[in-house]
Amino acid sequence: MRYLFEVFGRKVMVIFDYTGGVFKLFSQTFFYIFKPPIKSERTFEQMKKIGVDSLLIVSIVAVFTGIILALQTAYQMQKLSSEIYIANIVALSLVRELGPVLTALIVAGRSGAGITAEIGTMTVTEQVDALYTLASNPVKYLVVPRFLSLAFVLPVLTLYSDLIGVFGGYFIGVYRLGIASNMYITLTFDALAFKDLFTGLLKALFFGMIIAIVGCFEGLKAEGGAEGVGKATTTSVVISFVAIIAADCFFTFLFYVLGQ
Amino acid sequence: MREKAITQIIFAAKISVISDIMIEIIGVHKSFSSHKVLDGVGLKIEKGKTKVIIGRSGCGKSVLLKHIVGLIRPDTGVIKVDGVAIGKLKEKELNKVRMKIGMVFQGGALFDSLTVAENVAFVLNEHTELDEATIAERVKESLSLVGLHAIEDFMPSELSGGMKKRVALARAICMRPQIILYDEPTTGVDPITADAINDLIRELQAKLKITSVVVTHDMTSAYKVGDHMAMLYQGKIIAEGTPEEIKNTHNPVVKQFITGAAVGPITETEHLVFGHLK
Repeated sequence: MRYLFEVFGRKVMVIFDYTGGVFKLFSQTFFYIFKPPIKSERTFEQMKKIGVDSLLIVSIVAVFTGIILALQTAYQMQKLSSEIYIANIVALSLVRELGPVLTALIVAGRSGAGITAEIGTMTVTEQVDALYTLASNPVKYLVVPRFLSLAFVLPVLTLYSDLIGVFGGYFIGVYRLGIASNMYITLTFDALAFKDLFTGLLKALFFGMIIAIVGCFEGLKAEGGAEGVGKATTTSVVISFVAIIAADCFFTFLFYVLGQ
Repeated sequence: MREKAITQIIFAAKISVISDIMIEIIGVHKSFSSHKVLDGVGLKIEKGKTKVIIGRSGCGKSVLLKHIVGLIRPDTGVIKVDGVAIGKLKEKELNKVRMKIGMVFQGGALFDSLTVAENVAFVLNEHTELDEATIAERVKESLSLVGLHAIEDFMPSELSGGMKKRVALARAICMRPQIILYDEPTTGVDPITADAINDLIRELQAKLKITSVVVTHDMTSAYKVGDHMAMLYQGKIIAEGTPEEIKNTHNPVVKQFITGAAVGPITETEHLVFGHLK
């Protein structure tokens, strides 16, 4: 019994220690965002790396999601002879939920892992120590550009993914189920209110911050050579995924309570 | 009157002694978890001289070096760089001290994503307002001081181990530091390149009057570059002196280390520890 308590206690300590570390990095990042000198080139470079280079994979996943969503909805709606509502359901599901979450999961798997691997390699090869000796803070130099670019890029990618996903639904609705093109478009826009778009993009903003902080935190604490970097990368992706889903649950509940 | 003059002379002598010391390490202790790495290390390094710290792999030499540049803070003890105790300095003040120090890491620690020129110019780009032409000139000058030419646009992955160390040295001297810390400068390079690096360390000391601290277990390098040597063993400095004095030491531990004998007090202690652990 005592052993069980000890094991449980140790696990709790590890979780608190980790969460404390993540929040400390988060607060340091906010501090260094506003601390001069502010150099935007590194942020733009990261935006290109994370945003532009993710466009293809986001497009592929989004269009397939739209198609699947339309087909699955059609399967149910056909029983009620209400296929016309496909447009509404596809648009709302994508904009409020699937767009932000799936885009965040893609970016966490692609860019979050990349961030951890890059910073982790820098840590184990003493490049992060070298930054300190050159009087540069790694949070300012490495974390801030990645944080800012992910916080900006993820909502933009989400918006893009929403559009492509809706197009996937449109494709099935118009060419497979025979809904008139202009009617599908009208129904899509009628279904969406500003608050739907806003809540989706707000979620994406937080998901972007989560991916950046977890990715950088894991990279900065990597140790033990290539094996350590591999382990940090896996942990980074797993924790980002869980944190994104947990944050999504929290925000969905919050918006539901607030009537948004 | 005479007594006053003597007091003044002693005072002046004291000041002169104090000002001759660039780095002072006083009673530094450092442990990682339950493992004690430094156990009351004390060391003085004179201005413009090269101090070589020798010791077995994993004995804490690099940890000691990282204390000097403030990468690791001691559990107890004081580290003074140019008269400033750096142990409790805030980041801004510590960075001012760091600008006086250049560090050459064991593997070079060049930034993978930057070219050679960007690596060497890193400090100038980040901390000065110099124009591009002046920075390019300083980069060229630093690279030529370490014997490298026309490699500004290369990426670190395109360089050999020896070239990486030279570029790392060029990066360290680009800001004209007063101190250079070398972590195993000849490890992982062939003997000829190692000797060229040794020559470079001596040359830079002569040309730029830089205080150097070299951490190594390569005795050829240690004898060649050092004005003074110190041996770190079981967390303590167990011997100090000129290369000649170290060569002629009667301390059995130092003797075993510098001759590279497999049998002796060092390995016997390890056997005891190993036996105890078993």
